[in-house]
Amino acid sequence: MRHIISILLENEPGALSRVVGLFSQRNFNIETLNVAPTEDPSLSRLTVTTVGDDRVIEQITKHLNKLIDVVKLVDLTEGNHIERELMLVKVKSLGAARDEVKRTADIFRAQIVDVTPSVYTVQITGDAGKLDAFVQAMAPIGILEVARTGVSGIARGDKLLTL
Amino acid sequence: MELLSGADMIARFLKDEGVERIYGYPGGAALHIYDALFRQDSVQHILVRHEQAATHAADGYARASGQPGVVLVTSGPGATNAVTGIATAYMDSIPMVVLCGQVASHLIGEDAFQETDIVGVTRPVVKHSFSIRHPSEIPEVLKKAFYLAATGRPGPVVVDIPKDMTAPTERYEYVYPKKVKIRSYNPVNRGHSGQIKKAVDMMLKARRPVFYTGGGIVTGRASEALTDLVQRLGFPITTTLMGIGGYPQGDRQSLGWLGMHGSYEANMAMHHADLIVAIGARFDDRVTNNTSKFCPTAKIVHVDIDPSSISKTVRADVPIVGAAGSVINEMISLVQDREPANSEALGEWWKSIDGWRAEREGKLYEPSKPGEALKPQEVIEAVYRATRGEAFVTTDVGQHQMFAAQYYKFAKPNRFITSGGLGTMGFGFPAAMGIKLSYPQDDVVCFTGEGSFQMMMQELSTCKQFDVGVKIVNLNNQSLGMVRQWQDLNYKSRHAHSYMESLPDFAKLIEAYGFTAIKVTTHEELAPALERAFVDTNELVFLDIYVDPFEHVYPMQVPLGSMRDMLLSKTERT
Ligand SMILES: Cc1ncc(C[n+]2csc(CCOP(=O)(O)OP(=O)(O)O)c2C)c(N)n1
Ligand SMILES: [Mg+2]
Repeated sequence: MRHIISILLENEPGALSRVVGLFSQRNFNIETLNVAPTEDPSLSRLTVTTVGDDRVIEQITKHLNKLIDVVKLVDLTEGNHIERELMLVKVKSLGAARDEVKRTADIFRAQIVDVTPSVYTVQITGDAGKLDAFVQAMAPIGILEVARTGVSGIARGDKLLTL
Repeated sequence: MELLSGADMIARFLKDEGVERIYGYPGGAALHIYDALFRQDSVQHILVRHEQAATHAADGYARASGQPGVVLVTSGPGATNAVTGIATAYMDSIPMVVLCGQVASHLIGEDAFQETDIVGVTRPVVKHSFSIRHPSEIPEVLKKAFYLAATGRPGPVVVDIPKDMTAPTERYEYVYPKKVKIRSYNPVNRGHSGQIKKAVDMMLKARRPVFYTGGGIVTGRASEALTDLVQRLGFPITTTLMGIGGYPQGDRQSLGWLGMHGSYEANMAMHHADLIVAIGARFDDRVTNNTSKFCPTAKIVHVDIDPSSISKTVRADVPIVGAAGSVINEMISLVQDREPANSEALGEWWKSIDGWRAEREGKLYEPSKPGEALKPQEVIEAVYRATRGEAFVTTDVGQHQMFAAQYYKFAKPNRFITSGGLGTMGFGFPAAMGIKLSYPQDDVVCFTGEGSFQMMMQELSTCKQFDVGVKIVNLNNQSLGMVRQWQDLNYKSRHAHSYMESLPDFAKLIEAYGFTAIKVTTHEELAPALERAFVDTNELVFLDIYVDPFEHVYPMQVPLGSMRDMLLSKTERT
């Protein structure tokens, strides 16, 4: 099953490589990985999506917790949560296709953020499924390039991942 | 307020931390530190002849004393030479701090002379690592390194020190940090009381219980408590290779060690048990054999300080995260004067165990007769008698290692010192050296093989310089015996590169360093050689003992089988 694990990580050189190294060293799988600073300059927040049965996920969280640079983590998929990913897509847009791209973007609540005579650049956010569906819908028109951020997530309600 | 250079801080910190001895080898990036060591006399530096030996020596000391071993090496090749020893310590959870010189900060990333990303290279085999970014952080980083190495589940910690951090001209305030806090690191001590109670209830109701304990008992200094608990309950106990000595092996309740080359009775008892109480052991593949056939009728209580060791390979029914000593003591207080409920079933259980014991009694190996080549097993037994079972024993890796573990009976923890997890040939001799330097009154015996010894024999020179009187017992079977055994069993005796056609004359080699060597080729020569070898505890003596090259280590679990599927000799199997 797919899990989204969010990690508060010491903002130290090499910390990220310890996390990534752990996954390859122990044969755990990484689907997406996303990392950025938080409001606390000493911490980064890292979100990884991974696939595995309960035993594997238990091992992943235990081994992550053992890393000295990992301050705290949560498996968001254990509770209600919000999952978002941002994607930028360049689509070939000539002639009739220009309208088609615009219409499809509207349906997905995506925005066109850059335009040339032959290319539209579309920005879209949502969960991974929505982004996949958008890619599928645009494919026949002609996708030129895709840039996805990887999944980020947060728990719903009052639940917090803080120190 | 005291102003010190980074290099002087390191020397001073080691003194303040109570480190008496470090093992190392100098080179460009570490020279400021070496100069600081030269100008003090609190910390003794042992100059090894290869950095791998420095790590093994520090490791041997750590295993014998429970204190972190300390290593100092230079950047690049100095640091990479240390990697095998770091990995060896990591696999067996041994506390160690490795200080590595590094090229100056402004050169990092430029492929400078002797630059290696040692933090990167060692990342998968350390508990943690640090890079010094400013000289003023040295005391705190070193304190953190020692704290991490020695607490929780211990392990090696690497500290990377760019040369400019130790420059003699730059001085900063030095204060010895008595304590450090690491916000993400809070090793547990006490286990969950509810779980412990549940475990004890299961123990008191068990009909066929077995304790299965490991290195966590030794590192956790829990062997007295364990002995108390096991004797109160009257249950059988088997230990892992790493747990040897955690419970006195001569005792009736001890079944010896278990697993691939474990005793027949230990493996049989595990297979038939209805309750396994695992403490400080990690169900590794050399113990469990095929996990899908592992102990089919047993419920499992698993106590470990490292949560990731629990249910990693074998699912625990009652997981308990905690330090072995604390959990065992809590178990003792719950057991108190309560008796196991099924005394009749336990009586039957012991009858089965005694039956298994009796089956193999006197059949473990065939001793040599006068005029014949010695058997490695009887050499170990003779050394056991010659040292009254009290020596520190280190081993290399191979058949001799297994024989040493089988035939030297350890009554105490921290006495059997072997590379269990990584199985590093070359470990035994430098480890013995590290122990002897700190325990000069004790006999320190290294059981080795002619293959393993040649991997670290340059340390004879270190022993000469520092007058280190270890006893080296070379079980010379003129082959890479353990490899050959596998080739006999799995490759129709095609001995691909497992023999040694060009062995040196070990006696001459040893004599070249000014030490005593005794060559033993027959049964009759053994007793007088041993008598001579142990006359002076502080004299290095090398016994080159020619043993039967065709001997195999048995029992040996059958691959992919259950615990009880074993070869018992070249002709018998279960
Ligand atoms: C550094 C290293 N290389 C290779 C091995 C694989 N290996 C395991 S036992 C063994 C043979 C050891 O020979 P020797 O030291 O003579 O011991 P014996 O088995 O003959 O007693 C080898 C090559 C190892 N454990 N360590
Ligand atoms: Mg050999």
